Amino acid sequence: MPNKKVLPPNASALARITRHQIIIPLAALLLLAVFNLINDPSFFSISLKPNSNGDQILSGNIISIIDNGSELAILALGMTLVTAASGGQDISVGAAIAISGSVMLRVLCGADARAETLQAPIIVAFLVACLVSMAFGAFNGALVAFFKIQPMVATLILFTAGRNIASWINNSQLPIVKEESFSYFGNYIPGIPIPTPFIIAIVCFIIMFLVLKFTNLGLYVQSVGINEKTSRLNGLNPELIKLMTYVILGLCVAVAALIKVSRISTINYSVVAKDIEMDAILAVALGGNALSGGKFSMAASVIGAYVIQFLTTTLYALEVNAAALPAYKAVVVILLVVMSSPAVKEKLAVVGKKFRKNGAAAEKA
Amino acid sequence: MRDKAILEMRGIYKSFPGVKALQNVDFTLCKGEIHALMGENGAGKSTLIKVLTGVHIKDEGNIFIRTESGEEQEVQIHSPQEAQENGISTVYQEISLCPNLSVAENIYIGRGDSAFISWRKMNKRADELLKSLGIDVKATQQLASCSIAVQQMVAIARAVDMDCRVLILDEPTSSLDDSEVKKLFGLMRQLKDRGVGIIFVTHFLDQVYEVCDKITVLRDGTLVGEYEIENLPRLQLVSKMLGKDLDDMADIKEEAPVFEDKGAAPVYEGEGLCSSEGIKPFDFYIRPGEVNGFTGLLGSGRSECVRTIFGADKVTGGKVKMDGKEVRITKPREAMDNGIAYLPEDRKRDGIVGDLSVKDNIILALQVKTGFFKPFSKAKATEFANEYIKLLDIKTASVNTPIKSLSGGNQQKVILARWLLTNPKYLILDEPTRGIDIGTKTDIQKLVLKLASEGMSVTFISSETDEMLRTCSRLLVMRDRRLVGELTGDQLTQSAVMNTIAGGDKNAE
Repeated sequence: MPNKKVLPPNASALARITRHQIIIPLAALLLLAVFNLINDPSFFSISLKPNSNGDQILSGNIISIIDNGSELAILALGMTLVTAASGGQDISVGAAIAISGSVMLRVLCGADARAETLQAPIIVAFLVACLVSMAFGAFNGALVAFFKIQPMVATLILFTAGRNIASWINNSQLPIVKEESFSYFGNYIPGIPIPTPFIIAIVCFIIMFLVLKFTNLGLYVQSVGINEKTSRLNGLNPELIKLMTYVILGLCVAVAALIKVSRISTINYSVVAKDIEMDAILAVALGGNALSGGKFSMAASVIGAYVIQFLTTTLYALEVNAAALPAYKAVVVILLVVMSSPAVKEKLAVVGKKFRKNGAAAEKA
Repeated sequence: MRDKAILEMRGIYKSFPGVKALQNVDFTLCKGEIHALMGENGAGKSTLIKVLTGVHIKDEGNIFIRTESGEEQEVQIHSPQEAQENGISTVYQEISLCPNLSVAENIYIGRGDSAFISWRKMNKRADELLKSLGIDVKATQQLASCSIAVQQMVAIARAVDMDCRVLILDEPTSSLDDSEVKKLFGLMRQLKDRGVGIIFVTHFLDQVYEVCDKITVLRDGTLVGEYEIENLPRLQLVSKMLGKDLDDMADIKEEAPVFEDKGAAPVYEGEGLCSSEGIKPFDFYIRPGEVNGFTGLLGSGRSECVRTIFGADKVTGGKVKMDGKEVRITKPREAMDNGIAYLPEDRKRDGIVGDLSVKDNIILALQVKTGFFKPFSKAKATEFANEYIKLLDIKTASVNTPIKSLSGGNQQKVILARWLLTNPKYLILDEPTRGIDIGTKTDIQKLVLKLASEGMSVTFISSETDEMLRTCSRLLVMRDRRLVGELTGDQLTQSAVMNTIAGGDKNAE
């Protein structure tokens, strides 16, 4: 049949693919890639250049995306679980990063902000920061799980107070870590041309993947998020599971804080990880996960996070004024979110059906 | 369109991914008739209703209505609002009113002609409306304080006041007791006399024959036929719904099953059990292989008893022994660890995890029992799911289909599969046959007897006494949240049960 090619591809296969949640962020990623390819193919060029220390490192827009998107992608892991289990979001992660980073610096530098040597090993500082972040996560989680406070309201407390607490931990000083090896986490390890944050992010993805594969975390979290009453009657403890997701997010916060602080070897309490909570929530939403909780796709959230970073880098590449950046971002986000909304999806499905029907009719004729 | 028809649906098609829910279905409703829509679960009743009310949009077919001026008109219904504008109103099984508002507010909410409300006028109008319909409730009363039956009637009153010409009642009687059903039927007849066409969806055959004029039967998404009630005897109706003869029903013993007490120690023994839900402390035991049941009117505390046994409500007292050993059961997890399984009464609220797949729903309870660190592999989970899909004949497109897209009876089977997979010693079934079709009901009854013959203890609760008499060898009778009697052997007759429930029998305390 000569007109066979104009017909849509196998309808059922198409339907199967489009029903997959991950298609939404992937399509967005593809769209951005195609846009850049048309606009300026050199956007994708990657080159090996020496950095200020004389080490050979990879550089280019793509490297910048996978580097700078790391913190966001790591946070998206925890945010996805929190969203799925509690049907709400933690808006305090930015402030929590400030606290966690501050704790890390406090342990590393001790009371003297200008200490020449490390007062404690980096691993100790990191572990202490993990514990503190998890404790704050547990605080948020307890408010949500046991006191049944709406997640956004519960985490508003830490959102408001967090950066002041962070500042208070170091007596409002800005300690600087002189030890060079501390800067590896946010930059490059000598001899490895790949940015360390990306390596850390990959390690986090693998750990999350293994946890989801080798534990019942996914099933329990989704079950609690979808139907708490049923979950309880099936022997689950919904409060504990919700609490657990907030604690896991706390751990993600500590890792993100390590990268953030390491990038500049110090901290600025009021701007570190500013607005990152909104991007993390957006990553979850872009991944096609319902913000009201329930079923989730971790991979889709991670891709969602990189879509956001891709978008930011694209806008920078277009030399959009930094002050105007959020406005441009907002426009694109509106488009993406509207495109992936249930209302539009339904409409598209109807249109697709008609199209197929017409196609079939044409074929018959 | 026929002369007296006020609604006609012609050649309706509707399909969902993997399911052809309706295929070339016709349906005609005349003025002033009560028309039963019958069929097994998955026959397409709900889908047809939803197409008519704009919840789903039909793929193909035409819907005609007769306007008030008497003209025929084809209508496109894309939303419940449009259905309402065309005079089609629905009262669902689950009341969809606002419980925290007053009766009058519920009748008039969202229909204000102006931005200003005269509360006095509204209440007066509501009172008149309720009085004219013979509904015994005050307009100012908060809806939540009314019984379910009254709430339902308020919903009907609302529909009537909106000049509905087609009223759809979707399983309205499933949570009503007999006297409430009588009242509802009175109201239905009254509306019929006013010329309203009523579509009545129910699983209760008695009720169909009591109140309906016509029956339309659907099966597997297709139309079986439309019948005048007097031309379709009960047995024929059932065989048309099932599409087969009723030999299957005959398999179930008509006489009460006898349980041979071999003197084995009870599997479960509770003493002075009580919970936060206000039931009087009660004693209870069940032996291996025994099937017993709690009976009583709705609200008598049947469900609360089994919920206490399973630890589903807050347990406030009592001693529990399993196999003679004292154990502590205050929450579901402890009950599960002791080999108890509980299929809850409210499938939608307490049973299914709607968005999860059939597979995940089946393995859920066992995965909780095995613990956090022991998930099944995908292959293993699929194997379990397929095993029970086959065993219980669950109709689903695949193991990965979300459970919410299954019909009610099949959802119930999935939950049953979930608990059977945990290999319980003691299975509690609270209204497992509620709102599901005869075929599945019979399947479940047979399954209960089979499990018991294999040594499992089962407690069975059903609103239908004959169903309980067919399956249970011992009945515990509840009245006003208190255990008032126990019936075994020869006492297991309809009249004895009724007497005990009513309190006129020697068996009652």
